Amino acid sequence: MSHPAPSHRVIASGTSRSFPIAHPLLEAAGETGIVVLLLGPGAGRAFAALADKARYTAILIELGTECLGVHTGESRGEEGANVLGFARFRLGEAPPSDLVEIVRQPKTTPEAIAAARALFTGHGLKTAVCADFPGRIIDRLVRPYYNAALGKLDAGLATADDMDLTLRLGLGYPEGPIALLERTGLAAHHDVTSALHEALGDPAYAPARRAQVAKARQLKGA
Amino acid sequence: MTEKITIGVAGAGTMGTGIAIVAARGGFPTLLFDLDPARVEAALGQMRAFFGKSVQRGKLTQAEVDEILSRVRGTSTLDDMAACGLVIEAIFEELDAKGQLFSALNGVCPPETLFASNTSTLSITEIAARSGRDDRFVGMHFCLPAQLMKLVEMSPGLNTSDESFARAWALCEAMGQRPVKTQDAPGFILNAFLVPFNNDAIRLVEQGVAEPAEIDAAIKGALGYAMGPMELLDLVGLDTQVLLCEALHGVTHEPRAACPPLLRRMVAARRLGRKTQRGFLDYQTSAIFGA
Repeated sequence: MSHPAPSHRVIASGTSRSFPIAHPLLEAAGETGIVVLLLGPGAGRAFAALADKARYTAILIELGTECLGVHTGESRGEEGANVLGFARFRLGEAPPSDLVEIVRQPKTTPEAIAAARALFTGHGLKTAVCADFPGRIIDRLVRPYYNAALGKLDAGLATADDMDLTLRLGLGYPEGPIALLERTGLAAHHDVTSALHEALGDPAYAPARRAQVAKARQLKGA
Repeated sequence: MTEKITIGVAGAGTMGTGIAIVAARGGFPTLLFDLDPARVEAALGQMRAFFGKSVQRGKLTQAEVDEILSRVRGTSTLDDMAACGLVIEAIFEELDAKGQLFSALNGVCPPETLFASNTSTLSITEIAARSGRDDRFVGMHFCLPAQLMKLVEMSPGLNTSDESFARAWALCEAMGQRPVKTQDAPGFILNAFLVPFNNDAIRLVEQGVAEPAEIDAAIKGALGYAMGPMELLDLVGLDTQVLLCEALHGVTHEPRAACPPLLRRMVAARRLGRKTQRGFLDYQTSAIFGA
């Protein structure tokens, strides 16, 4: 059973990737609340400037590809209090999905996690909680898969259509990887997977050749 | 017009039984072979039960089912396979065993009989090389459960003739399936993507990134997948995932295909998934199982 959404306020610092347009969660925000939502690329700075941090049940910082610890600091695996990170999963410039990844630290309080979940689910969103690692859950899983699909297309494993069809019919995926990357932007995939490659050092995240070409064309203004 | 041949299925396990259902339902006389007569009988019983449910659900009439089943015969005598125009092999994933079977079939079947392997991980070219007719040999990888899934990954070996591949393709379509062409590459398309993807999900649990149920919730919620990777692993069986890892990693040496240590520990602890009621998720209490 889901809990009612807690009261919340929003502090926006630039355009949010998670909430780029009107959303019931934003419309329901008040002047005060037991949860504060820090949105936009300046969310980390807004957190640093936030007064009376302890008075909130949960402080939610919108994340890009960075870890929450960049904003909160880390200490011997004992970090964590009432501060969480979050991001609505979004591929490139496609609209945000309804899934919010909530980032916790080792000592994040259960009350803060419960409040974060209740806030998002109370406004029609879904949640998944994860620890503070680069790529969180979804990017960590899908970026190597997308890179492999692009690589196997180059290697001639099958045509793009047959590869997509196989994964749709064989695994019930709503969309094959090649069509999905075309729809959401290969250059955007390049940016995310490059950030993960740098953070994790795992060759599986190194951008595939087709993503590199798309990024080069974007930089060229093509 | 598609030729009306007898389709032979070698191996009366889960996959072979499903393929025999597809062939018979597609209108082909179907011969299900297994060295063990008890397995043949069990498979025929499973086929009758499957079609019985099709009648109950209104998908087929009893008369249609009677006609389909009249086309099906079981045998434990290899010589009976001489009647087949296409033999689809669905025995266990071992190159030597498959090679020996096809070599024996080559001595029994007429020259025009096509051979196909349902292997999901072995090389079509390598199996074909042991068959004595590598020009008339194709890969036909059905998805599990074959009787419900339309997709068939079809691969020519290096020496498969264009004519043989085209004939096998037409027969696959005539069975009501949807073939897609892939290279003869380890794991073809499905397993080449799925095995590493599922291993990556296991590694997230192993490294403490998220609990299994959270991983499933994230993937389903964000991407619209019907099933999350942990649920799927539990359904397939964690012991099966180990075998898939060993087969795929053994030929590709791709790090993502290597079996994660947590997976081996779970198999050792008999946490095999749904079949033991406990895998990454717990099916007795529906509670989440953590790493």
